[in-house]
Amino acid sequence: MRWFWIDRFIEFESGSYAKAVKNVSLSEEHMHDHFPGFSVMPSSLMIEGLAQTGGILLGEKNDFKYAVILAKVPKVTFHSWATPGDSLVYTARLLDERDEGGTVECTAHVGERLVAEAEIVFAHLDPSDPTLGAIDQKNFVFSMNLLGILEVGKAGDGAEKL
Amino acid sequence: MPTQDEIFKVVQETLEDALGVDDDEVTMDATLQGDLGAESIDFLDILFRLEKGFDIKIPRGELFPENLASADSSFVQDGKVTESGIAQLREKMPHADVDKLAENPAVENIADLFTVRMMVSFLDQKLNG
Repeated sequence: MRWFWIDRFIEFESGSYAKAVKNVSLSEEHMHDHFPGFSVMPSSLMIEGLAQTGGILLGEKNDFKYAVILAKVPKVTFHSWATPGDSLVYTARLLDERDEGGTVECTAHVGERLVAEAEIVFAHLDPSDPTLGAIDQKNFVFSMNLLGILEVGKAGDGAEKL
Repeated sequence: MPTQDEIFKVVQETLEDALGVDDDEVTMDATLQGDLGAESIDFLDILFRLEKGFDIKIPRGELFPENLASADSSFVQDGKVTESGIAQLREKMPHADVDKLAENPAVENIADLFTVRMMVSFLDQKLNG
């Protein structure tokens, strides 16, 4: 399994906000255990998707100079759920950004329905720090492959790519 | 210029949001780690919120100095902060109650320097000079 919890970006305004889509599918293994007979997208993985959306937004602002890691989720509320066939749209807005890290506020929607809202704090790590080798790469909100997702979703003129 | 009371109110709200604690837990004497359960990453979050709340810039390490005990090998001896360590703390954290630490300078008591009162006096100094 690859640790990608967004499928592509649909809007991206550098340093401001990003929107990404996660299509929920019954072919995802975890959906069969969560829960048997009533598949819902696990809320923890929605947080990961929101963090990947917001983390890439923050990372891109600094030309990916830092490793961006999810540090803390001070606030999260789930209002509803997402089931197979739903397209979750994650929107992240950059609230704060500085050398040490940044904060985003984000929402998850299925159509007009608000599924979740959260605030996420990220910390910056210097990728040249030798102690970083011990950190599980899966925890990073972006990797070369996730950057590939960014390429797919980002239209050259900043307009939504259909 | 905000009064100490007004500063305290903002600090209280900041800590409620950042640490998920109730307003009655945030007293002037409460320690951030011991009483309010702050972890290292929370300090970053608190800093962001204070900067926003007061519309100021707080340079890294000014309010919450990092790696205090490991900065200098003469800082700690036999689990206690040395006199030179205490002197360094007075310099680095003039807004903290270093006298109290000097009475019982066990290394684990360093964390207790980080109190709500310390934050309020730091911000008072910063905002009101």
